[in-house]
Amino acid sequence: MATMTYRDALNEALREEMDRDPDVFLMGEEVAEYDGAYKVSKGLLDVFGDQRIVDSPISELGFAGLGVGAAMAGLRPVIEFMTFNFAYLAIDQIINNASKLCYMSGGQFKVPITFRGPNGPALQLGAQHSQACETYYLHAPGCKVVTPATPADAKGLLKASIRDDDPVAFMEGELLYNFKGEVPEEDDFVIPLGVADLKRLGSDVSIITHGKMVHVALQASDKLEGEGIQAEVLDLRSVRPLDVDAILETVQKTNRVVYLEESWPYAGTGAQVVSIIQEEAFDHLDAPVLRVTQADVPMPYAKNLEALAKPNAARVVEACKKVLYR
Amino acid sequence: MAKVKANKRSEGKKEGVLALHGVSAKLALELMQDMLLYRRFEEKAEESYAIGKIGGFCHLHIGQEAGAAGAIKVLQPEDYAISAYRSHTQAIAKGISPNAVMAELYGRVGGVSKGKGGSMHLFGRDARFLGGHGIVGGQVPLATGIGWKIKYSGENLVCVCFMGDATVNQGGFHESLNMAAVWELPVIYVVENNEYGMGTAFNRVSKTEISSRSVPFDIPASSVDGQDVLSTFEHFRDLTEEVRAGGGPRLVDLRTYRFRGHSMSDPVSGTYRSTEEVERHKQESDPIAILRDQLFDEDILDQDTLEGMDATAKTIAAEAADFAEESPIPDPEALYEDVWAETNAHGRLFFDGRRT
Repeated sequence: MATMTYRDALNEALREEMDRDPDVFLMGEEVAEYDGAYKVSKGLLDVFGDQRIVDSPISELGFAGLGVGAAMAGLRPVIEFMTFNFAYLAIDQIINNASKLCYMSGGQFKVPITFRGPNGPALQLGAQHSQACETYYLHAPGCKVVTPATPADAKGLLKASIRDDDPVAFMEGELLYNFKGEVPEEDDFVIPLGVADLKRLGSDVSIITHGKMVHVALQASDKLEGEGIQAEVLDLRSVRPLDVDAILETVQKTNRVVYLEESWPYAGTGAQVVSIIQEEAFDHLDAPVLRVTQADVPMPYAKNLEALAKPNAARVVEACKKVLYR
Repeated sequence: MAKVKANKRSEGKKEGVLALHGVSAKLALELMQDMLLYRRFEEKAEESYAIGKIGGFCHLHIGQEAGAAGAIKVLQPEDYAISAYRSHTQAIAKGISPNAVMAELYGRVGGVSKGKGGSMHLFGRDARFLGGHGIVGGQVPLATGIGWKIKYSGENLVCVCFMGDATVNQGGFHESLNMAAVWELPVIYVVENNEYGMGTAFNRVSKTEISSRSVPFDIPASSVDGQDVLSTFEHFRDLTEEVRAGGGPRLVDLRTYRFRGHSMSDPVSGTYRSTEEVERHKQESDPIAILRDQLFDEDILDQDTLEGMDATAKTIAAEAADFAEESPIPDPEALYEDVWAETNAHGRLFFDGRRT
């Protein structure tokens, strides 16, 4: 195992996949000479040159679509959005083109493209720069959605996403880039999509979550442990494909569930997971499933309001106690 | 109405129109046969739509055949073409069989997209026809990406991207032209300027002409009489050579006119254009009549031969409709096929109760 930051793990994944496959290139704003707005692509320009590490103009719709066309013609592009906040400008290309071309062409054209970049609320950036966007991409069939929470997952899942023959929205945690963790040093460390990971074992209640909220769930489970409650933390890692077996398994084990996410509640990921649980594990539930999400408002700027809007460990603890009737 | 630039159509009689355009008699006759097929194919589609064999939106290319014939004829089989939703004839021109196109319009398994794309979503992997796109301008960044691929892989190919005139007011068009210029991509952006974006005259909602739209990106623009197939062919032959030689992108204002409504749901004329206007264009600028007169003048074609060619076109169109009619409707299982190119070993991909 090597200890490295989430940022460096992503950098290694890009480096290894570009070494492995000459059809992989990285395009986006500031990815080359600036080393990436969040320095994820640091040093890659020197290694791979400006044909493969490409600074784009600020034209999200245009360069996302360029990537889709290049993928249709046989390349395997990685398109970096400086943040997923800006990908709204490109969503026609992601949903109407990338996600539907395989189906509309009767399987003639696959679109092996990875759209990646930071996602999720940050610190006092206000409503347009601080939001979790995964639900938009989950909603449309044809797009896979991956949300790594740790450096190891970031590396293994990015490699799998680049190799996947479908479009993948690979959504990194904006506040996780400096987060350090252990990453296996094996030659070709790949984590398959669709496999959830139990980040903590417990027997009393299950906190199911994805992305950056894994860390909030772990904080909450530490606090709960102090009160004699053993919480299990299930990290979905990829939200489509979704590891339903792992969800059902933890429900059957603890019989009590809290879904934690940092996007809005209405039609959110948690709403879908709750629907699956009530359809497929209804008899295993000892309490209604609760959700902890961002408040149903655009992100406010004021520090105190922002704190009220975001999910936190205390709210997760409270929800867990509620499903335990304590 | 935008003025059609002076072109070689009228001068041809004096100088020998084929020599003027550098087109052989054999090629000219091929272009005639192609355009007759496109016309008869679209008329057959129109007929099938009227009796309910074809559903949804169906946009016909009648009146605009010379653009498909002339611009695509110059391409090599490995070159790419991509278009918007008025693309039946372009798909055929690029090498997809009329049978497979018609079957797609009918929603049958013999269609190019196995009946799941429809009129607006025609694709041919082998023919290198990359759609068939339903969102105005959605294909323009894709064409730019195809150009990127050609350059990235060092191939000696070009991509021709067709779009309607209304597309030049979309942001993605401008973003694409900028990137194509910066990276010198081998893409020919062809605006099929039929003067109307659906029912809105281009000049009512556009401050500047189409050929001016590439000026900010230093991309050479040109106009061509898109009703004169010989001019169109010559124009694209020259352009394609320049682009293939590394000349970077080009913008073409292909002046044309649509003889039918925007789609089958719309009347041919009405609130936005007069019957007289349409009739005048049909009299003066029917691409098939123009080529016919040119070839009659040169004694390359006579009425009997023309009628024989037309009969051939009608037969191919009728056979396409027969093929479509006989092709089965998709199996219910097809509903779930091709949503995903890769089914992952783990996890669920469908959320409507289906497990795999």
